[in-house]
Amino acid sequence: MSNLGDYKNMWIFIETECGKAKNVGYELLNAAKPLAEQKGCELVAVVIGNNVEGVAKDAIAYGADSAIVVDGSEYEYYTTDAFTNAIVTLIEKHKPETLIIGATNNGRDMGPRVSCRIKTGLTADCTEIGIDEETGNMAWTRPTFGGNLMATIMCPDHRPQMGTVRPGVFKKGAYDESRTGKIIKEDVHVPEEDIRTSLVKRVQEVSEAVDLAEAEIIVSGGRGVGSADNFKILEELADVLGATIGCSRAVVDAGWKPQVFQVGQSGKTVAPKVYFAIGISGAIQHLTGISGSDTIIAINKDPEAPIFDVSDYGIVGNLNEVVPALTAAFKEMKEK
Amino acid sequence: MNICVCIKQVPDTNEIKIDPVKHTLIRTGVPSIVNPFDTYAQEVGVRLKEKLGGRLVVITMGPPQAKEAIRSCLSVGADAGYLISGRKFGGSDTLATSYILSEAIKAVEEKEGVKFDLILCGKQAIDGDTAQVGPEIAEHLGIPQVTYALDIQEVDGDLQVKRECDAGYDIISVKLPAVVTVVKLPYEPRYPTYRTRKEARTKEIPVLAEADLTTIDLDRCGLGGSPTKVKSTYTPVREKTGMTIRGMGAEAAAAKLVELVHDAKIL
Repeated sequence: MSNLGDYKNMWIFIETECGKAKNVGYELLNAAKPLAEQKGCELVAVVIGNNVEGVAKDAIAYGADSAIVVDGSEYEYYTTDAFTNAIVTLIEKHKPETLIIGATNNGRDMGPRVSCRIKTGLTADCTEIGIDEETGNMAWTRPTFGGNLMATIMCPDHRPQMGTVRPGVFKKGAYDESRTGKIIKEDVHVPEEDIRTSLVKRVQEVSEAVDLAEAEIIVSGGRGVGSADNFKILEELADVLGATIGCSRAVVDAGWKPQVFQVGQSGKTVAPKVYFAIGISGAIQHLTGISGSDTIIAINKDPEAPIFDVSDYGIVGNLNEVVPALTAAFKEMKEK
Repeated sequence: MNICVCIKQVPDTNEIKIDPVKHTLIRTGVPSIVNPFDTYAQEVGVRLKEKLGGRLVVITMGPPQAKEAIRSCLSVGADAGYLISGRKFGGSDTLATSYILSEAIKAVEEKEGVKFDLILCGKQAIDGDTAQVGPEIAEHLGIPQVTYALDIQEVDGDLQVKRECDAGYDIISVKLPAVVTVVKLPYEPRYPTYRTRKEARTKEIPVLAEADLTTIDLDRCGLGGSPTKVKSTYTPVREKTGMTIRGMGAEAAAAKLVELVHDAKIL
């Protein structure tokens, strides 16, 4: 492979759909900014989508030094073939040293396809990123063994070094309209017949995207809630607090809530101000997904439940009684 | 439809405990299971085979004891299983692993005298959690992929995959051959019966080693062929000194909690 020294700059992939950026791209700009400064390199937003010049400008306002834009109608919805082709073309032309991708379903679909085509290393689903002092390589840290173990991975001899990073782990920076940066437009197109998948239809199961990663307060239920119907007592509490509903894997497995509500290692990583864990025992897979919460409040009938080892406040009691009582008490507090 | 299911034998991560003093994983006594997502891949594969005919072959890469994982798939509908095992395969990261598996798929096609229309994988293994091997196999083989499948249907020779997305699901149509990685299904994997388990016990499971994968470049396998290196590992320490209210009635406990979070200016 060519000289490692030829590869420069830190790229952040800004995922878009229907011309709109997903937040994780902006979160990663903020997380990577100090690393790019440390390396003395440019932080570049790579935007692929349909009518996404505005997104490139937003990316600069969120901290990118410059942006590369690939615009085309074939990028309205994500397809593995079109997006992989576009990003590989850009990598071959511009030779970035590092490429960071949001670990959304699409990011984790595209990432390995790209790294495999380039034959470089990709570290999946990171929760921390840094630079190794000794070598200057990226140090990618991720949970493994269901969250029981953290591993720091490096890619010393191949470029670009690639990683996917979970949404919600980092916060977006402030939007600074006064920032300016170069926007490079690249014309990359894929013949229709080379795109081997097609979107037949999209079905919305919930009225709007469940934005757990962005939520300030989450009221989350586990197996202890007992039934799909009984989630209504959690919803009442969430209404009073302006909170978003979440759930544990057990609830999805039981069919009480769709997968989009799932918090934890195999669901979403969340970082709210307050996380209510109601009837959630606290399997390590779940704890991995909520460790970024400022405050954890647990309600469980089992005083030995591991959730109490990580909670800031807890109530040992029957959730069917405690949750409605909490709803009433918070309502009263708000009315005061 | 001829189907290859790639599975992995994993430690049951629910059973892993942390040594409270040394902060290391306690692996002894942890049962080995077929990666749960792979059991869904296998089940949807068997259902497609039952509907459309064809052959379903399971492969896994691992040490000799990984044959047990294959046997468990043979007892729930797989026609044949191959173990990919070799010294030079050890220490492979996802890029090297997927390369070896893609070469193994070609070798198995030759041995079985079939061409696979569909390669199924679980979306990720519960030990590594990378979700990379499936898409990388597709790339090595130069075929399309659909990841995060919730269900798979065959429609007029193409596949329609129900794919998990932010607010619900997409129906994605894909041309065959293809790789599909499976999250979950609307139904549970079937259980073996006494008879199928007994049959699975007596079935021969061929082992494919380095020499059996005739076109493989061994420089791309194992530690040496892996671009990523593990620098260090540690167990996350979770120490929070929270306060727990116990032995109080629901209303009193709720009032106390609200007072506490209010005073701490949390809510």
